[in-house]
Amino acid sequence: MNTHWAAVRAGLRRGWIELRHQFTTPSDLITTLITTAVFLGVMVYLRATTVPGTHFSLGTATLAGVLGVSVGLNGLATMAVLLTAEHEDGTLLRAKAIPNGMTGYLIGKVVTVSGTVVIGVSGMLITGLFLFSGLAIGSAGAWLTLTWVLALGLVATLPIGAVLGALIPGARSAGLLNLAVIGLVAVSGIFYPITHLPHWMQWVGQAFPLYWLGLGMRSALLPAALASVEIGHSWRHLATFGVLSAWAVAGLLVAPVLLRRMARRESGSSVAARREKAMRRVA
Amino acid sequence: MLDVRDLRMRYGRTDVLAGVTFAARRGEVLALLGPNGAGKTTTIEILEGFRLRSAGQVSVLGTDPAHAGEAWRARIGVVLQSWRDHAKWQVRELLAHLGSYYAPYSAPGLPRPWDVDELIAAVGLTEHARKKVRRLSGGQRRRLDVAIGIVGRPELLFLDEPTAGFDPEARRDFHDLVHRLSDLDEATILLTTHDLDEAEKLADRILVLAGGRIVADGSADELSRRMSTQAEVRWSRDGQRFVHPADDPTRFVRELFRQYGESVEDLEVRRASLEDTYMALVRQAESGPGAGADTAARRLSVVAG
Repeated sequence: MNTHWAAVRAGLRRGWIELRHQFTTPSDLITTLITTAVFLGVMVYLRATTVPGTHFSLGTATLAGVLGVSVGLNGLATMAVLLTAEHEDGTLLRAKAIPNGMTGYLIGKVVTVSGTVVIGVSGMLITGLFLFSGLAIGSAGAWLTLTWVLALGLVATLPIGAVLGALIPGARSAGLLNLAVIGLVAVSGIFYPITHLPHWMQWVGQAFPLYWLGLGMRSALLPAALASVEIGHSWRHLATFGVLSAWAVAGLLVAPVLLRRMARRESGSSVAARREKAMRRVA
Repeated sequence: MLDVRDLRMRYGRTDVLAGVTFAARRGEVLALLGPNGAGKTTTIEILEGFRLRSAGQVSVLGTDPAHAGEAWRARIGVVLQSWRDHAKWQVRELLAHLGSYYAPYSAPGLPRPWDVDELIAAVGLTEHARKKVRRLSGGQRRRLDVAIGIVGRPELLFLDEPTAGFDPEARRDFHDLVHRLSDLDEATILLTTHDLDEAEKLADRILVLAGGRIVADGSADELSRRMSTQAEVRWSRDGQRFVHPADDPTRFVRELFRQYGESVEDLEVRRASLEDTYMALVRQAESGPGAGADTAARRLSVVAG
């Protein structure tokens, strides 16, 4: 049997097992449900408001944006936080101690996070269909756009998440990352059209994948006329594809180098040192 | 199996290992014994391929661990101290998963991985096979750690401070497990410990690491004989007690009987214990080069007497 193929299969299985754990562990499940409920609550609150300059419900527009941003949030933050935590607790060292374990570990992580995203997006979209009107999902084109934005969004954000996970020293600093990501969401035009933000904020937002994921999802799920409130009065599919691809290429180039470096430095005593540090924090 | 020559490790300007040399044969259980900070963990991590050495030659299963590939990795086992990793996994699920990485590395007569239920039974976790890892007690977790270390049927197994934090009962269970392991598969085992008693119970051969060097190498018995040639002879005669150190206690006692015959009573001959020897070696190594280990051991056995 090919050794590499065995590791790939083990990785896929690992991803599936951890995905199952996530949806059978009550605490995890409750966290997911509460987060989803909060987002939906905000949108329901915005349902009666209209997108400025139109008669379209801001709640519905926000739903589309939130679906896009949830892809990015999971790809970036969840990936980074999981990697940091499992670096600290020795999961990575275990992977290093078995043949092809790191390959299996990373494939597993990608599968788990991607699975979480797909399940999360589906769940929110289905709930949204009952709560909101005006979603334009009747055409095959809408589903096609949704699929490529989601897939490219994962390829763009997962490697960057892995890079951040490899750079962040401990679970504590991962909290700072979450703060930064929340700041990024604020300038990404998810809850309010980005055209109403100051110019410099628009540029910051457009530099990162979150804005483009929100835009891509809006383009998939909202009527064509809504493009009028976006920058350039267009869904800018080409630019979306370009920016997300650029992030994907950058991430895929840098991530293997940093992950290898992180793996190389891993040893029993480095895990023990982190454990002691974490214990002191608790004490 | 294992061949280490003049291994050196330097951090900044400190030499943690200053020329470590030893070897292990197939099926041997070796204990690397030494005080905290002697370089035991550094040594074992270099052999595991987890740390790069500064200088020296290292061959583990015929390969330099610094450049070894995944096929080499499949032939060694590392027992890690778990903390909270894989908390949501069930015991059986985790072992079956980690074992699956070894399947392509089966060799004729050496099927990999170990059958998961057999393995769980071997480490005494059958009742807990369906339990989540986070629900295991400390002792059960360590058994799981050992099971993970040996799931690929390693030819060489590394255990770093395997019983740190164990209560006496867990420690005895663990010792039984290690004995069974070395009998079962003829696996070569290298373990580190700072517990002399443990080294004596588990190992065929003890290496004492102190001050960055191997200061003694041999079976527990050999060590105490080689290091403490001097013994202490106690006896009483006419109600009076005597204590006398002797380099050759046999001759000394023969002489004693020849002189005093029947009046010698309460005769006692004591060699320095392995612990005395060990303490002397460590103290001597830590106080830097100077007097030979023999002299130090002798000096201590006198003090202890």
